[in-house]
Amino acid sequence: MAEIETFYEVMRRQGITRRSFMKYCSLTASALGLGPAFVPKIAHAMETKPRTPVIWVNGLECTCCSESFIRGAHPLAKDVVLSMISLDYSHTLMAAAGHAAEAALEETIQKYKGNYILAVEGNPPLNEDGMFCIVGGKPFVEQLRHAAKDAKAIISWGACASYGCVQAAAPNPTRATPVHKVITDKPIIKVPGCPPIAEVMTGVITYMLTFDRLPELDRQGRPAMFYSQRIHDKCYRRPHFDAGQFVEQWDDEYARKGYCLYKMGCKGPTTYNACSTVRWNEGVSFPIQSGHGCIGCSEDGFWDQGGFYDRLTTIKQFGVEATADQMGFAAAGVVGAGIAAHVAASALKRAQKKTQDKEEV
Amino acid sequence: MTETRTNIHIPNPAAPTPLEAARLTGGARPEDIESLRLQAAVYVYEVPVRLWHWVNAAAITVLIVTGYLIASPPPTMEIAEATDQFVFGYVRFAHFAAGMVLTVAFFGRIYWAFVGNRHARQLFYVPFWRARWWKELIFEARWYAFLEREPKKYIGHNPLAHLAMFTFITLGMTFMIVTGFALYAEGAGQGSVYDRAFGWVLGLAGNSQRLHTLHHLGMWAITIFAIVHIYAAIREDIMSRQSMITTIISGWRTFKDDRVE
Repeated sequence: MAEIETFYEVMRRQGITRRSFMKYCSLTASALGLGPAFVPKIAHAMETKPRTPVIWVNGLECTCCSESFIRGAHPLAKDVVLSMISLDYSHTLMAAAGHAAEAALEETIQKYKGNYILAVEGNPPLNEDGMFCIVGGKPFVEQLRHAAKDAKAIISWGACASYGCVQAAAPNPTRATPVHKVITDKPIIKVPGCPPIAEVMTGVITYMLTFDRLPELDRQGRPAMFYSQRIHDKCYRRPHFDAGQFVEQWDDEYARKGYCLYKMGCKGPTTYNACSTVRWNEGVSFPIQSGHGCIGCSEDGFWDQGGFYDRLTTIKQFGVEATADQMGFAAAGVVGAGIAAHVAASALKRAQKKTQDKEEV
Repeated sequence: MTETRTNIHIPNPAAPTPLEAARLTGGARPEDIESLRLQAAVYVYEVPVRLWHWVNAAAITVLIVTGYLIASPPPTMEIAEATDQFVFGYVRFAHFAAGMVLTVAFFGRIYWAFVGNRHARQLFYVPFWRARWWKELIFEARWYAFLEREPKKYIGHNPLAHLAMFTFITLGMTFMIVTGFALYAEGAGQGSVYDRAFGWVLGLAGNSQRLHTLHHLGMWAITIFAIVHIYAAIREDIMSRQSMITTIISGWRTFKDDRVE
């Protein structure tokens, strides 16, 4: 891999001064939540390590992950794509197309066997031998298996690759399957969200390239630095939640006052993501800040958890669709009525027995 | 009572006539004294068991009320600025505190199953493989369905109650404690002691919203158990052949007749 330039060389070639380069290293360190002691480490890594080749494949998806990624501001997606990584194959970002593109894929796999990172956007549908998603004339699942075989690690971009997303919603007609259920022998980093936050995506890549290892993952395989807390834990409307001040209806007075959206079905309390801290579009805003509850798009199965606007979501079992409270009240009502009937029957039976006993005596 | 029935007591003819004062003041009729001779009592529930029952009942009441409110919060209150108002915070605090009390008490109860009398162990074990137990369970179910003329005598729980206690308290409460602490761990944060102990539950459920829903369904299961439990206790106290409500207060099980079975 000697022929690949280091990050530093690429940056210097692009006319970036050493001073700017060091600034960039400090910014990256703070973006990753690292102390000043890590700045020289990052600089050292950038100066000495070759750029890592990345293959970016797309399965069943909507390209919102790519759309989000190219809006990355810290670091700029341009820097990531052009300087930090060697993005050797990506449908949406590469200039080549058709046979040339597929040839680039093969070349990268052959050249950097066991050293490239496979970034997966979308997931493979497995029904009908994978015919619901064709890439380069073959089912996507074949391309995925082929590219994954020699990859160093896999990044599952977005809810599709991580969990299945809307195309996997019940009854999942195409059997859209998350990547970790198809590729089981490689380290996989899940970066869920629909899409994931741009800075989270570029941050994960920066971390991997700087330290040459996977970021610390939580139990579900997500980078702990971005997914270890709920939206709710860092929400700026949290004081209203604790106070018991909620928006009761859309566009009521409380909505104008910016009260908590808990009653409007906000999934902030059940969603692990960095939206309330990193925010979106260079930190401009995030759903709750703009007055709409979180829909929980970075959670497994968020598409099958009932309404986005209900606090208690519906449960669909045995053909019934109701919330836990509806079921509970109905069951308690039935049991209550049963007890009332049982009381009456017991009293009657008792009276009857007394009469009989009297007769017997 | 006729003498043809088998008597489990052997009356001591030399014993003095009881309740002289009550008899002489007219407070006790001869038949009362006859009934008194037949009364036998067994010490069933020791102090820690009774104490646990009432602490548990109080904790469950608080947990159900606050748990319902957490899922369906009270209307918005504007008593003060959000910084000075903590209404929902107190509701959640009461829920967490009661949950902690319930858990500690449950561990105490498990400890007592080891060192207490044999009735203290009944809650934690169902004689699943014993055919006779199932037969007796069916008998008790038939009594509740008005198909048996008279119930049997029991010292501890009757088989039907035994099964209900085991299902809803031993298994049900364990489920609520485990899911409850898994939800608490989310607030306590990753790496906290709660997360290390119960964080795996969230991974099992996949989605926190699903875990909330399961915990909420558990609340309804326990609510319905509580309704049936209270009804059955009152009904048994009136219609069965032994004491029920006083037993969980004093610990003594008394019987209304002296027949063997």
